Amino acid sequence: MTSRSRIPFFFAILLLIAAGISIAVWRHVELGIPWFTGEQQPVWMVEARIDFTGTGEPVLASMNIPDQPPGFRILSEQAASPGYGFSIVEDSGVRRAEWSKRDVSGPQTLYFKVQLIPDEGGQRGNPRRRPKPEPTFWEEPQATAVEELLQQASSRSSTPESMTRELIKLLQPDASGQNTTLLVSNDNYIDLLNRMLNHAGIPARTADGLALEDARRRQQLRPFLQIYDGNKWLTFNPRTAEQGLPEDVLLWRQAATSLLDLVGGDDSEVSFSMLRQTVPALQLAQAQSTENGLGFLSLYQLPIEEQGMFRMLLLLPLGALIVAFMRIVVGIRTSGTFMPILIAVAFVQTTLIPGLIAFVSVVAIGLLMRGYLSSLNLLLVSRISALIILVIFITAGLSIAGYHMGFNTGMTVTFFPMVIIAWTIERMSILWEEEGAREVFVQGAGSLFVAVCAFLMMSAPLASHLTFNFPELHLAVLGLILLMGQYTGYKLSELRRFHPMKAYD
Amino acid sequence: MGWISPFKLNRLGMLNMNRRNVDYIARYNSRESYPLVDNKLRTKLVVAEYDVRTPRLLQVVRQQHEIPHFRQMADDLNGFAIKPAKGSGGKGITVITGRDGDEYIKASGARVSAPYLERHLSNILAGLYSLAGTPDVAIVENLVESIPALARYSFQGVPDIRIVVFQGYPVMAMLRLATTASDGKANLHQGAVGVGLNIANGHSLNAVQFNRPITLHPDTGLALENIAIEDWQEMLVMASRCYEATGLGYMGVDLVVDVNEGPLLLELNARPGLAIQMANGRGLLPRLRQIESLRKPHFTPEDRAAFAMETFNSRI
Repeated sequence: MTSRSRIPFFFAILLLIAAGISIAVWRHVELGIPWFTGEQQPVWMVEARIDFTGTGEPVLASMNIPDQPPGFRILSEQAASPGYGFSIVEDSGVRRAEWSKRDVSGPQTLYFKVQLIPDEGGQRGNPRRRPKPEPTFWEEPQATAVEELLQQASSRSSTPESMTRELIKLLQPDASGQNTTLLVSNDNYIDLLNRMLNHAGIPARTADGLALEDARRRQQLRPFLQIYDGNKWLTFNPRTAEQGLPEDVLLWRQAATSLLDLVGGDDSEVSFSMLRQTVPALQLAQAQSTENGLGFLSLYQLPIEEQGMFRMLLLLPLGALIVAFMRIVVGIRTSGTFMPILIAVAFVQTTLIPGLIAFVSVVAIGLLMRGYLSSLNLLLVSRISALIILVIFITAGLSIAGYHMGFNTGMTVTFFPMVIIAWTIERMSILWEEEGAREVFVQGAGSLFVAVCAFLMMSAPLASHLTFNFPELHLAVLGLILLMGQYTGYKLSELRRFHPMKAYD
Repeated sequence: MGWISPFKLNRLGMLNMNRRNVDYIARYNSRESYPLVDNKLRTKLVVAEYDVRTPRLLQVVRQQHEIPHFRQMADDLNGFAIKPAKGSGGKGITVITGRDGDEYIKASGARVSAPYLERHLSNILAGLYSLAGTPDVAIVENLVESIPALARYSFQGVPDIRIVVFQGYPVMAMLRLATTASDGKANLHQGAVGVGLNIANGHSLNAVQFNRPITLHPDTGLALENIAIEDWQEMLVMASRCYEATGLGYMGVDLVVDVNEGPLLLELNARPGLAIQMANGRGLLPRLRQIESLRKPHFTPEDRAAFAMETFNSRI
């Protein structure tokens, strides 16, 4: 009877715990929220600088900016250019930063900063439209040379990749064919390669890459060749035919548009500088959560004040877990079921030792005063109310006394929940009258012990990090608490309580 | 520091707190019956319909302004007990055994004044002793005078008999004797002595105080080995009847034997403690499981009591 009815229950618990942990793992993987506090992650800060001289006319500067560069993820983009209107426009899959200003003359400088995170597994956006080879036209005698070279390369290759590699080899000066010498001159090499591949029916384009090295300034872009193999763009080094992008190379420009279009200016020049920074991984994850679809699961979007409140609130389940464990499995008696959690929360704000001293002294003084109140023959409600006021007096007195004696810690008593303390005093006082001082000490010490355990758990930096950044872990906590609700085994304290039964075994 | 292994406890069939709460109280006691036993006034009224007698009700104090009437009524009485209707674990029960001029003598021998009792009443009304702190009523009952055969074992206070009734079958019983430590109360955790009683015949088995086995009463010095309860079967039937009255599958029935009126029901408890197992020197689980596995339950309290006497003989 019992076993059958509990299977769905245990299954649900298992599901709950698994769901909590897997959502956490998923968010860790997807959003990069770190498991531990203090994890650092490198971030590249790349700054493009555009210099030009204004000619006294309206200026429109349009620069190609990175769009899903392979191996990187864009964290933030920002432009600095006083007096200019700025916007990022996206036109048929090409992202461009546009600056505009009326009446510009003299030397001008525009900045564009982008923060990038190395991301090996980053998604490579597939082209929205399938690229087609661009039609090319050759004049004689180049046309014949091109045909021959392409035939040569084609006969030695089987795929667009191998074809590209072969063609690059053939075009090297040391390959020293006549056709090569005829076609290649230094400044048209990459363009020629590009055109020849398109001619051969392979969609190709030039991309501009930037080698990232820490603290370099005035860097220029290096051209890379990209061909489309039917699925994705592949990158080649146009000189060595090496396939793939070297590490730490950022493809700034991938689409076949110009890097910079400038209207109303002369002598334009684009240069890049870069800096490697380390940023706490958590901060990164927070910044990204807004863009990511998973962000709705996190608390980062809330105003900072509410976040701080949730940071505290989300610790409470841990306290509840400790209380449940201590009462169900260990069997410690506490005064008031969840009073220890509230005390522990107060300890988090006061720190442990001052908190303990303040709490014990408030309760002790309160018990003395309650002794007098009990002789006044008051009704319960007014007695508790009077006690609340007395507790406030006691805390105020302790704070003032502590302040004058030079202890700032005296003032931390104000963090304790007054009403809870008043009830605790009332309950302990009744306990004292009915069951004697021993029970008061047993329950008082039990409550404090549980409160200190809960405090130690809640004040661990890892605990507050995990509970706040992975709130879904509370599903697992909930599962554990539900599981404990089904625990029918002996409590630790019962092993001691029942020990005289040894005699009857 | 003595410890016992959980396996040994399991072998002894000791029912523990968590299992009691989950497997017995939660399963066999329906929530709606709780107010019936948590309120002594309602218990008195409902068991009366099933021919279970309780101490005579003298007065019910429901409102603060009724407290002055208490003094008028109490003036003519020598002994009475003030109880919170919703009190638990014997909390808030004050037993007055006599008078000395204007003062009242408590069971412990302490003298208290009428204002003390009035304050006590007002505390009860405010809910100080009630389970959830809710407002309560105070009941004043006739003082129970225990039969001398049992009373001599108890140091002040009235000895009472706790019978655990499971699905209407009395499964385990003990005699509870007050001590100085328990202030005239018969609650084991307050220091009363628990003497296990054989369900078969009402004869004593072992005795414990504060969970430790004893052979002599700590205050009266009397040997606790050869106590025999008279009218045992009648008491078992009475306990068994409470099942029909309340519908609670797992409960503790507290009985006293009054010198004038015979066995009386003192109160019912929907969450009976576990110490009864220590007093009996055996665990409850085997008996509970035996009842659970009964194919054909007995329908009358008499049959159930007879079955229990036959089955749960601790001396075999």
